[in-house]
Amino acid sequence: MSDITMIHAPQKRVPFAQEAAGALTILALGAVGYFLYPDDLAFLTRLIGIAFLVLSLDLVTGYCGVATLGHAAQFGVGAYAAGIACIRGVTDPVALLGVGLVAGTIMGLISGALITRFRGLPQLVLSIAVGQLVAGLANKLSWLTGGSDGLSGIEPGKVFGVFGFDMYSRTGYLFSLAVLVITFVVLQRFVRSPFGLMCRGIKDDDLRAKMIGVSIYPRLVAMYGVAGAVAGIGGALTAISTGVVGLDSVSFERSAEVLVMLVLGGAGHLWGALAGTVIFMIFEHVVAAANPFHWMTMVGLLLILIVVFAPRGLIAPVMSLWTKMTRKGKAA
Amino acid sequence: MRTVFSIMTDAVAYGMVLFIISIGLSIMMGLMRVVNLAHGAFAMIGGYLASYALRDLGVHYSVAILLAVIGTIIASIPFELLLYRRIYRKADPLMQVLMTIGITFFIIGIVNFIFGPSLKPIPLPPTLSGPLDIGFRMLPTHRVFVIICGITVALALWLLIEKTNFGIRLRASVDHSGMADALGIRTEIIYAATFALAIGLGAFGGVVGAEILPIEPYYALRYMVTFLVVVSVGGAGSILGALSASLLLGLADTTGKYLAPEFGDFFFYLSVIVIVFLFPHGLFGKAHA
Amino acid sequence: MSVLLEARGVCRSFGGLDVTRDVNFKLVSGDRVALIGPNGAGKTTLVNLITGDIAPSRGQFWMGDDDITGLSIPERVRRGLVRTFQTTRLFANLTVADNVALAIMQRKRISRRIFSSATELPEVKAEWSEILAHLGLDHLAYRKVIELAYGQQRLIELAIGLALHPKVLLLDEPAAGVPHDEAPKILDAINRLPADIAVLMIEHDMDLVFKFARRVLVLAAGRLIFEGSPADVTADHEVRRAYLGSYADARHSA
Repeated sequence: MSDITMIHAPQKRVPFAQEAAGALTILALGAVGYFLYPDDLAFLTRLIGIAFLVLSLDLVTGYCGVATLGHAAQFGVGAYAAGIACIRGVTDPVALLGVGLVAGTIMGLISGALITRFRGLPQLVLSIAVGQLVAGLANKLSWLTGGSDGLSGIEPGKVFGVFGFDMYSRTGYLFSLAVLVITFVVLQRFVRSPFGLMCRGIKDDDLRAKMIGVSIYPRLVAMYGVAGAVAGIGGALTAISTGVVGLDSVSFERSAEVLVMLVLGGAGHLWGALAGTVIFMIFEHVVAAANPFHWMTMVGLLLILIVVFAPRGLIAPVMSLWTKMTRKGKAA
Repeated sequence: MRTVFSIMTDAVAYGMVLFIISIGLSIMMGLMRVVNLAHGAFAMIGGYLASYALRDLGVHYSVAILLAVIGTIIASIPFELLLYRRIYRKADPLMQVLMTIGITFFIIGIVNFIFGPSLKPIPLPPTLSGPLDIGFRMLPTHRVFVIICGITVALALWLLIEKTNFGIRLRASVDHSGMADALGIRTEIIYAATFALAIGLGAFGGVVGAEILPIEPYYALRYMVTFLVVVSVGGAGSILGALSASLLLGLADTTGKYLAPEFGDFFFYLSVIVIVFLFPHGLFGKAHA
Repeated sequence: MSVLLEARGVCRSFGGLDVTRDVNFKLVSGDRVALIGPNGAGKTTLVNLITGDIAPSRGQFWMGDDDITGLSIPERVRRGLVRTFQTTRLFANLTVADNVALAIMQRKRISRRIFSSATELPEVKAEWSEILAHLGLDHLAYRKVIELAYGQQRLIELAIGLALHPKVLLLDEPAAGVPHDEAPKILDAINRLPADIAVLMIEHDMDLVFKFARRVLVLAAGRLIFEGSPADVTADHEVRRAYLGSYADARHSA
């Protein structure tokens, strides 16, 4: 009999409860940013854009175990595509998001096809090479991308024809927040789907996955496509709300930075990706402005400490505490 | 003809710098299986130390090189003891990548805090500056010096690994770590010695290559990827592999920049993708089961 | 009796060394066959050849009327050729239920769905509940595999095998490393496998072999040297010399 109480079945009383909780949490945090830091909305908007890239990276690194140092390519391609489309006359923000999504997906599929063919060192080097190739192209095709000057003059129209982008980034912020909430809810569902679960299985043991009949390569490429879509949306949002796209959006540094954010928060958790982005970006915003080299020392130290003492990220202890509390709650 | 010859000289000299710096990383990755992205950071420490010794202490170039190599090895000891030991031969490359990126950031921050964030010139002695007449043509003396250094390093390493007792132990540890333990070879000491050798070579390459890869505040980040790519293309742990990859990539990069400068690194990384696809374990690498 | 799996003249050499030499056998519906042989006889290589992990140098494998020699591992699994592993290979960070659910979803071709919650699909849940109950693992359904005892993990290997609805099931030392008092559970589970499937068990433990097998194949130095009933095996002189001799000695002295 005592065994029966050991079952911690995730009993669902309300369907979509988890999704609703996620959406409300992000909205609440977003409201805090909006009302308490009205002067920092431009920064917070950039933060949200990066959060998409970290979520995207989480899909391939956290859920599939792919080690990549070239993930900014997906984000940058989405940003450039949206920026270029805007300059060429597609000014509707929602349509521009669509452009970023499609461009990101295509880039994701290409990257995935190249990167997930191997594991270990070849995989890592391929990811770097793909990222650098995209960065090289962005630099070279200056008639299209503005080269090292960046792409500027992106002036999107009003959201739904009503809300124009203002110099205080209010519209940009709220628009980005809304898109983040929708994307996050969709992703929460996605990572718990059979497809998402299988990816976690592949990460754990790919031979086992083959031995239950899974063809691994197409799965990983497909996951890369999804990740590319998410990153592409983030890139497009950043292009729309800041009005410029620079080479930094495809740079190696960007790729390395988002990997740091992901691991800081906790790979393999969507909340980990968000938490890592928020902590890192705010920290950077405050410290790096003062002295970039002190900033690098501190990030370096932090990263070393994370790897040594908390390899599962800062979210892991929070999550286990949460699980304990909910288990206790059910037993009572 | 003139252009071809000077491209070739530049390409070979560049390749040799890549080789001197990367070979240490290659040996480390072959033996300890650690993806060390901080290798360039140690080369950077070497460069900063040499620049300081030359300009502030006023020592001779050769003394500066010696001080830089020894100083960098000493500086690297705490990193080996406290951090690298934890990640040797660990299966998960992600953790290695993260830790060594952390080390890179940390070193960049500290080194620039101590020495100031500016370009660090390493002035050449008169014997190495200016042109050198090799009979039918004039060459920059420094380029010739770098090429000679590269060849010397390759030969010395080959002798060390093939002909000495240390080399035998090292090869035994690479091929059969468990077996080496059983034979009473202290892999811990082999690892530490290899680490010091790798770091020393990195620092040496950083100093003698400073004319080609200038020592600047973000050196460690700028070339982080380049060194890793050389090792990956050559095959971890192979001298011949690192040498051919360095020369090949040096040639691809230099000719690319001469002929189509606006393309930047494009051809470099395109060739990397092709090579890695054809030879996932590198040109001269062995697959590790 | 329909032939489910057939090996025709399968050879494999590694660097000039013949590890598998001209192996021929047939598995028919309802077969309960044990593959035995001394250490280094090439049992693991043979399993890897059958599953498609390595390719034979010569010879073919057939399932029914199809030559499957050129098929990949996943393609063979989808045709019903399923194995368990000698050392457990499970999705260690997932729950027991998810491990089995993944196999079920893969078999049902619904593992590509991206918008339904994996743990809540009723038809999947019903099935894994049944399998876990069958193996006495139902109380562990929501535990992570990595937290479980070794014997329990072996049972999960079997659960995954069952969930794939195999036509041919290869059991690679299913009881290896299992504490003695738990071994009967495993044998019990094996005895309750669907009657029409063919089971090939690779096993060292002769007690288990005698309890399970109706036919025994003996592999020595990469060659099948004997095929017959368990009773015949013990009686056969050559087999005794190649293999059982040492075993019998060990048993007497134990």
